Amino acid sequence: MTETLPGAGVPNPLDEAAITAAVDQAVAAIAAASTLDELKAVRLAHTGEKSALSLANREIGGLPKDQKAAAGKLMGSSRGRVNKALADRTAELEAENDARILVEETVDVTAAPRRRRAGARHPLSTLQERVADIFVGMGWEIAEGPEVESEWFNFDALNFKPDHPAREMQDTFFVEPPEAHLLMRTHTSPVQVRSMLEREVPIYVLCPGKVFRTDELDATHTPVFHQFEGLAIDKKLSMADLRGTLEHFARQMFGDEAQIRLRPNYFPFTEPSAELDIWHPGAKGGPSWIEWGGCGMVNPNVLRAAGIDPDIYSGFAFGMGIERTLMFRNEVGDMRDMIEGDVRFSEHFGMEI
Amino acid sequence: MRIPLSWLREFAQVPAGATAEDVMAELVKVGFEEEAVHRPTDTLKGPIVVGQVLSIVKEPQTNGKTINWCQVRVVPEGQQQSLTGEGIDPSGVQGIICGAHNFVEGDKVVVTLPGAVLPGDFHISARKTYGHLSAGMIASVRELGIGEDHDGILVLSRIGLDPEIGTDAMELLGLYDQAAEINVTPDRGYAFSIRGVAREYAHATGTSFTDPASKVQAPAELAGGYGVKLNDDAPIYGKPGCDRFVARTVRGVDATKPTPPWMTSRLRLAGIRSISLPVDISNYVMLELGQPTHCYDLDTLSGDIVVRRAVAGEKITTLDAKERALDVEDLLITDGSGAIGIAGVMGGAATEVSGSTTNVLVEAAHFDEVSIARSRRRHKLPSEASKRFERGVDWQVAGVAAQRVVDLLVELAGGTAAAEGTDVGTAPDAVTVELPAAFAAERIGIDFTEEQILTSLEDLGAVVAKNDGGYLVTAPSWRNDLETKEDLTEEIARLVGYDQIPASLPVAPPGRGLTRVQQQRRRLVQALAASGLTEVLAYPFVSKAANDTFGVSTEGSPRKALKLANPISEEQGYLRTSILPGLIEVAKRNHSRGFRDLALFEAGLVFLPGDTLGTASIPPLGIRPSEEVLDGLYDGVPDQPLYLAAVLTGHDSPAAPGHAPRAWDWADALDIARIAGDVLGVEIVISQGQHQAFHPGRTAQLALRTGEVLGHAGELHPKLLAAHDMPARSVALEFNADALFAAAADVIVARHISTYPVATQDVALVVPQEVPADEVLNALREGAGELLEDVALFDVYAGKGIEDGKKSLAFSLRFRADDRTLTADEASAAREGAVAVAHERFGAVQR
Repeated sequence: MTETLPGAGVPNPLDEAAITAAVDQAVAAIAAASTLDELKAVRLAHTGEKSALSLANREIGGLPKDQKAAAGKLMGSSRGRVNKALADRTAELEAENDARILVEETVDVTAAPRRRRAGARHPLSTLQERVADIFVGMGWEIAEGPEVESEWFNFDALNFKPDHPAREMQDTFFVEPPEAHLLMRTHTSPVQVRSMLEREVPIYVLCPGKVFRTDELDATHTPVFHQFEGLAIDKKLSMADLRGTLEHFARQMFGDEAQIRLRPNYFPFTEPSAELDIWHPGAKGGPSWIEWGGCGMVNPNVLRAAGIDPDIYSGFAFGMGIERTLMFRNEVGDMRDMIEGDVRFSEHFGMEI
Repeated sequence: MRIPLSWLREFAQVPAGATAEDVMAELVKVGFEEEAVHRPTDTLKGPIVVGQVLSIVKEPQTNGKTINWCQVRVVPEGQQQSLTGEGIDPSGVQGIICGAHNFVEGDKVVVTLPGAVLPGDFHISARKTYGHLSAGMIASVRELGIGEDHDGILVLSRIGLDPEIGTDAMELLGLYDQAAEINVTPDRGYAFSIRGVAREYAHATGTSFTDPASKVQAPAELAGGYGVKLNDDAPIYGKPGCDRFVARTVRGVDATKPTPPWMTSRLRLAGIRSISLPVDISNYVMLELGQPTHCYDLDTLSGDIVVRRAVAGEKITTLDAKERALDVEDLLITDGSGAIGIAGVMGGAATEVSGSTTNVLVEAAHFDEVSIARSRRRHKLPSEASKRFERGVDWQVAGVAAQRVVDLLVELAGGTAAAEGTDVGTAPDAVTVELPAAFAAERIGIDFTEEQILTSLEDLGAVVAKNDGGYLVTAPSWRNDLETKEDLTEEIARLVGYDQIPASLPVAPPGRGLTRVQQQRRRLVQALAASGLTEVLAYPFVSKAANDTFGVSTEGSPRKALKLANPISEEQGYLRTSILPGLIEVAKRNHSRGFRDLALFEAGLVFLPGDTLGTASIPPLGIRPSEEVLDGLYDGVPDQPLYLAAVLTGHDSPAAPGHAPRAWDWADALDIARIAGDVLGVEIVISQGQHQAFHPGRTAQLALRTGEVLGHAGELHPKLLAAHDMPARSVALEFNADALFAAAADVIVARHISTYPVATQDVALVVPQEVPADEVLNALREGAGELLEDVALFDVYAGKGIEDGKKSLAFSLRFRADDRTLTADEASAAREGAVAVAHERFGAVQR
């Protein structure tokens, strides 16, 4: 667009009215420009070399000396007004422009692709770590050992007599050849024996890990499962210390309302022995006691097998199943869900438990 | 152990209205877990009454069968039917259709009247059938749920009964009784009896108890009976296999007499099938007193009974009609003809009682636990008798049990007891245990009073004497499990109540927290999960073929693997030497469930046997083995390092608007390995690798800087993928995580961070195709000298403009000095130095 000044003549730089009119005209045109392109045309028309104000300004050079100052002052302020109007309008239009582009660039954030996501831990592993952390917090240490074990560590050292029915009740996987006396550990107790042999008393260790029994997989059994077993050997430990430890642990796991119950039971490696129940207020079918594991005072024969004098030291031990804990804590209804590796099972838990 | 409540009531104070559940709730307090309830009335409801068949009309049917249209009187003649309801005839006579033919007019039978319910939720009602209204059913034992015999209906006279018409048949047959089933721990052999459980019930409830043994009048001495010799010339652990043998004779027995319903009912509730009167009596006494007994047909015996070990090559045909080869360690009952029983396990077929038996020899013996356990295991013959002998039977009760059998044979089978009898053997020494006065209190944490200690022990049947520092306790003859002061302590705590134990929290000494390796393992597993992989836990059982394919040693040959002696499935009979077979199975399972895009990993132990496998013997219990023996045990346990493996199939993400999922490829497998290295601070050195399970051209060997090989990563072999029906181009990796952990630095030394400007120079080098890019990069790094901060490959090109058989590798080199701004000349000189080494080593030429 070309702006032609009406009645185009070069205004006199001393003619304040004419100059003001030209300035007003320019300011009006600037205000009227609705795009940056229009504004550019307006700028050329009103401030370009051929514009009235530029031409008038050029006239100053030919004026008498005494009039130059007045004309310069008039023209300076006039052009200043025009430039300011231009700058303001430019800023306005640029802001409008920016805003419009950003609006146009709007996306539907609810349709965003999921390019990356975190994977998942297996809840049995996560729960095992949670348990370990509670005991580490109590100053206990975490001990581990092999899954294929010498029969001595799994049975004899734990006071299972060679011909006693208790030994068979463990439904053991044996490794060939049988003469080598190797088996898949049926509990994590061999780690307790190793701990007693390798460490100095007092001993406070938790032994989590995988264990094996010759059960077929069904809704409540699996030949491979996980346990955590605790062992404390110190001077003058009593069954009250066992109960206190288990109560503390139960409260860490299940909240301050958690309660435990001990019932007499039998294990070759503890005497006295107890079954541990936990009160489950949220159990399906109403609040009830749930069998959680076994425990007891370490049998003196077990201490002797590790070279610890049972007349000086006593100890307690306990063991619980992680699968079982997960089943009642997280309401897993079928053992197979934990075993089969269906990604939906782990992903539902994510990195938490 | 199942406890019929009617039986328990004979010897313990069980409240009249108590249910099996109530009894179990008491017994659980003293250590017997609840197992199950057996209660016929849960599935059986009356009216079920005794009826007499008045008439039978045989009606042949078109299908060839003949049915009986019977009139059955269910109310005594002259009395009114007091029952009402649809189908109940007020006359007291029911018309009933019956298909069985084993009865005649006049027989008394069990009639299930309309309104009754039989096991299987079978409701009895009057219904039209074969042209009649049949109002009820004449029942068989099977229909009543009390036996397997369904050849015909139950005729009461045949089980020795002649009840009045209209009698409640459920009462008559003991069907209102119920049994509590409890779990008996293997130390408490005595509780495999009503005698033992009644005593425990009394402990649990604080009520009185009558010992069933005390009700039997057994003679103090026996003499002149059948000849018995105890000749064990090879005792196990020095204990004679048989240390008591009582033999009693009963003559004139009618072995065909039916067992009375009160006995069959109790046996049935206890889980034992009725066989014949003598056998039922023997079983009944075993359940009541805990002492297994055996009845021989006296007339089949010849010569003295000798209890001895088997001789090599000896055989026996047992009651189950199987011939069994005997082991020289088997303890036998023998007579002049040879073996007539495997002691405590199973009797022989030749001398068993039969319908024609008239004279019975009753055996009640006491056998060594270990000897019986071994024979039972050797012959795979678990029996009610062996279960009790293995756990320990009361030595003292044998004579009582024999007398009880004799009494019942006289009472129920019409026999006559011989006055003479046999009782040979020597009582074992009574076990006396010293219990220091404060021991139980210290061990349990309850301040037991002396009265609590004395009462508890005496209630068990122990004899307690006080001595200087505490008590001298002689355990009762039926408690072979009370051998130590700890055993006695448990009994005191058990009878006082475990719920009395207070709680105190012991304080462990300051710990060191998780070990370094435990932390490393957590970090590794956590990092892989956070990177998008899903952790799974597969079974370690695999096939030999799977191990041979995946478990490749560094030398490339299949590894040795451990084989299970008793696997769940022979197919999966080996322990894994690689995690990958399990992961592939899990991947396939997920595929079958509709999930094709997978990134799975597992960290777990693999089993890598070396040359030493186990130990030929193991040391005894209760004593610390010598260092040498211990070292042998440790060395015999196979190496079981932690491996980490991952399998990726399909795509990295689901399709979404504006997002094309990327198929996992071999480089992703390498990346996962490198992430593992990153999070542990260990450099993983990648080179071209070979592994039979992997694509021969797309496999990386993963190694440490030292050259130690960690594992492999890359694309799985296309043939293997096809064989497993896995998506093409699936990738995997596996490495020894323990070796990676071990390579981590103890301390990482900081690097100086220069703030001088960077000078970047790119270089494109043409090298032969087969030269690995990484080696060229290493050459550049060496040649560039100290000024090089980093070098990275950013492009590989072959094709137009590049000679055949060659490729162009483009590297970006980043230079920086520690102490000055580098000039362009300095950077260029360093670059030239780098290129010179690459040229010298690989003939690399700048493009």
